[in-house]
Amino acid sequence: MTALVIADHDNASIKGSTLNTVTAAVACGGDVHVLVAGHNASAAAEAAAKIAGVAKVLHADSEAFAHGLAENVAAQVLAVADAYSHLLFPATAGGKNVAPRVAAKLDVAQISDITKVDSPDTFERPIYAGNAIATVQSADAKKVLTVRTTGFDAAAASGGSAAVESVTATADSGKSSFVGAEIAKNDRPELTAAKIIVSGGRALGSEEKFKEVMTPLADKLGAAIGASRAAVDAGYAPNDLQVGQTGKIVAPQLYIAAGISGAIQHLAGMKDSKVIVAINKDEEAPIFSVADYGLVADLFVAVPELTQAL
Amino acid sequence: MKALVAVKRVVDYNVKVRVKSDQTGVDIANVKMSMNPFDEIAVEEAVRLKEKGVVTEVIAVSCGPTQCQETLRTAMAIGADRAILVETTEELQPLAVAKLLKALVDKEQPQLVILGKQAIDDDANQTGQMLAALADLPQATFASKVEVEGDKAKVTREIDGGLETLSLSLPVVVTTDLRLNEPRYVTLPNIMKAKKKPMETVKPEDLGVDVTPRLKTLKVAEPPKRGAGIKVPDVATLVDKLKNEAKVI
Repeated sequence: MTALVIADHDNASIKGSTLNTVTAAVACGGDVHVLVAGHNASAAAEAAAKIAGVAKVLHADSEAFAHGLAENVAAQVLAVADAYSHLLFPATAGGKNVAPRVAAKLDVAQISDITKVDSPDTFERPIYAGNAIATVQSADAKKVLTVRTTGFDAAAASGGSAAVESVTATADSGKSSFVGAEIAKNDRPELTAAKIIVSGGRALGSEEKFKEVMTPLADKLGAAIGASRAAVDAGYAPNDLQVGQTGKIVAPQLYIAAGISGAIQHLAGMKDSKVIVAINKDEEAPIFSVADYGLVADLFVAVPELTQAL
Repeated sequence: MKALVAVKRVVDYNVKVRVKSDQTGVDIANVKMSMNPFDEIAVEEAVRLKEKGVVTEVIAVSCGPTQCQETLRTAMAIGADRAILVETTEELQPLAVAKLLKALVDKEQPQLVILGKQAIDDDANQTGQMLAALADLPQATFASKVEVEGDKAKVTREIDGGLETLSLSLPVVVTTDLRLNEPRYVTLPNIMKAKKKPMETVKPEDLGVDVTPRLKTLKVAEPPKRGAGIKVPDVATLVDKLKNEAKVI
């Protein structure tokens, strides 16, 4: 029984979500291999080989994998899938895109967003925005899983010394191609990997105010910035900052929610945070029902004051 | 060119579901059901493409019990031209739905298939990608912009950290993200019109698809409850608590 983790990477390095996925793979009970399908991705493959608990790294290199196109990456996974009992993908934009394609071709029912491995064929996963936890058993010979990274600790990024084996790259499907990307550049930690997140809601009132109030606090704490769906829909913050059921699922050490009322869809994305602080002037706001520390105050006064006090 | 959109009937997003005391599932008796919000965006996008003259016919499909007819009527009130209900009382898992849709794609030969990226009940986020794989089509998931140019679709997708744009050969499977569009309000005249639009009902057997569930749900439990904490009177107390009690800063 061997599990294969399909690495999330940017060709130069391995993304943090891969480390949590390795931990889930170890919990499945057998050896753990990692597949790095990329272009000029030797550095990422070397980094994968150093992850504690990894026995072997498969490295497939081709221009077809440069941008992680689902058609091409899925084909590569299928080319090596025979040897594995479990195929695990991080439940990130990349993993969620590719995993079901692999599962369907294998005629396997995928289990999405697992938060716990009960046994090699039984897994726990949240449904209904985390309002219920389902325990699901798979009868398929192979298990195809996506892993909710907040459910598993990160494996150590160093200490391993796995062999890196080159595998033949599969051909480009020719059906899709990459045109371009707009990736927001900033020095902040990535939302899903941040230790501290400061998150703003609709009460911020405008894009300017969102920046003016939230950015100094984030800078002071070295925190990532998040937003509620209401704030994103109103255009106060970009899409990729959305925390919630259909956005990013986060579980930092400290989550500070300012001007967020706490719709169930938002709570679904952050309620596993270690410590939650809520700042809201409505003392009836549902966010207070999950907050460790609640401050009933006008955020335009309290947040700058907090920034000052830190 | 035809567009096929898939719509799912789910518990309304405003309903907070309760786990049944015997842990066999969640209690959905007598709760409000609606079209999955991402599927509403899918229907809207297909209808807008028709209004732009890119698409000539919009076909809405739903798989599930008889009541899915209401969901399909809603899709036709938004602007879909006709509907197909794949009727079954069997619990449908994403792989089974993808197989049913694949059979309909073979039959209808749409150039564009649009689905919601995930349903807000099982939160699986699988069906679109599975359909694309089974039909051997390219996919553009989590779309925030869709343009059709000749025999290609140019789709902007929401990815971790930003956006990316892909060019894909038609036919293509697209799954919608929240920002693709804002679905229109359904008007009474359009609801009336939708009642007269054609709706066909087929069974999974007619399509030659075995929909037997492959995953067994052993139990459904309440998530661990997070207790409410304390209210602090001012910022100074908050900072003190975070430093000395929670020790997180």
